Amino acid sequence: MIPLLSLTGLTVARAGVPVLREAALQLFPRDRLAIVGPNGAGKTTLLRTIVGLEPVAAGRLVLFGQPCTTERDFRPLRPRIGFLFQDSDDQLFCPTVLEDVCFGPLNCGLSPAEAEARARETLDALGIGHLEGRVTHRLSGGEKRLVCLAGLLAMRPEVLLLDEPTNGVDAANGARLRTALAAFEGAMILVSHDEGFVAEIATRAMLIAGGRLSEAEIHVHPHMHVHPHLHPKA
Amino acid sequence: MSDLRLRLIGALAVLIALSQLHRVEVALAALVLLLVGVTALRPGRDLWHRLLHVEGFVLILVLLLPLTVPGRPVAHVAGLAITAEGLVRAGLIACKVTSAALVLLAAFGRVEPIRLGAALHALGVPEALVRIFVLALRYLGLIRDEAGRLVDAMRLRGFRPGLNRHSWTSYGNLIGMLLLRALARAGRIEEAMRLRGFSGRFPHAALAPAVLSDKMALAALIAAALILTLVDRL
Repeated sequence: MIPLLSLTGLTVARAGVPVLREAALQLFPRDRLAIVGPNGAGKTTLLRTIVGLEPVAAGRLVLFGQPCTTERDFRPLRPRIGFLFQDSDDQLFCPTVLEDVCFGPLNCGLSPAEAEARARETLDALGIGHLEGRVTHRLSGGEKRLVCLAGLLAMRPEVLLLDEPTNGVDAANGARLRTALAAFEGAMILVSHDEGFVAEIATRAMLIAGGRLSEAEIHVHPHMHVHPHLHPKA
Repeated sequence: MSDLRLRLIGALAVLIALSQLHRVEVALAALVLLLVGVTALRPGRDLWHRLLHVEGFVLILVLLLPLTVPGRPVAHVAGLAITAEGLVRAGLIACKVTSAALVLLAAFGRVEPIRLGAALHALGVPEALVRIFVLALRYLGLIRDEAGRLVDAMRLRGFRPGLNRHSWTSYGNLIGMLLLRALARAGRIEEAMRLRGFSGRFPHAALAPAVLSDKMALAALIAAALILTLVDRL
């Protein structure tokens, strides 16, 4: 089976200091790979490198069977990879939700009418069709994250890269996010501190520390579980 | 000169003298002297890098002025006359602008904005202007980073700038969103400042009185500026 993404001996340095050291990883169709590690371990850098936003110092990066080194190599492949940023405000830039979700399909060459139809369909599938006329700037954190995801899914990507997708998302929108990701049929790489979320979504895991990637195992074990809840007074 | 107030006055005197020059040979001599002087101060590479940015604008003037200033034609390019007066004017302005940029970069290129703000305040510049200056410098970097991340996100969703309606609309949305965010951020910063007891005045510490050697350096600088003006007019 040909991997969708393949990294071999990939090293990325910033100002001479390596932030990713000889990373190796392969992602196959339907893989849901979780990358777990402390802050500053190189998780976001890894995702940015995969889509060609970080210059590679050494190693080999192959996307969909094609070796990628220059911007020209990455450009035609980017619509096949959806990258959900850690901060939704870095991703939303159009005045309204519908316009923002249309942006990707328009870049892929769809006509405005086709792009709008695609955007509506995607928003409905995520259960946020009612947001289409809203101003992106005034959405809640959870709504913003879902709209960003809709903007990516509208391009029908084969791979999703998710950078801390549950950060700053409330419970109701978090549930929508989980449902949408569980229904996504492509492969994904998931960077998250949310262990419950990782256990629920991921099928494989890798650890990252000090810029080094290593294989890990997900295992589930029962816990005596106590946590506080807030309920209205009867 | 370690005293920023005197440095500001000295730089202003030199800039006024430079701006009033009429003769291209005097302006050229001033530029050469400044280049020698600044090089002797062993500035960092960032100074030359910034100067290069200024020269980009100078280049446009140098290319346009010989074609647009009326006078005695010396040559023709694509049906347009290049005038002797235009060439002289272009040379004069190029020398003046480069000299002025050199003075400013050498004098203030490495100065912390907040210290420059304090010096301006001590010289009696209105509080509101000082605050706009200091805060603009402080937040310009953040806004630039934000713009960079938004442009990255656009590229990842397959955006390729071109001369079409979709590109112009997208850039319009980008600029609009940056303005909106900057405005919202300014509001939040003002609230945070008010919560820490800000009532419209920055608490500037009183600056130490200027030392004698700085005063003498200032006198020498003003004398040099006067000599420059005299040489130009005689």
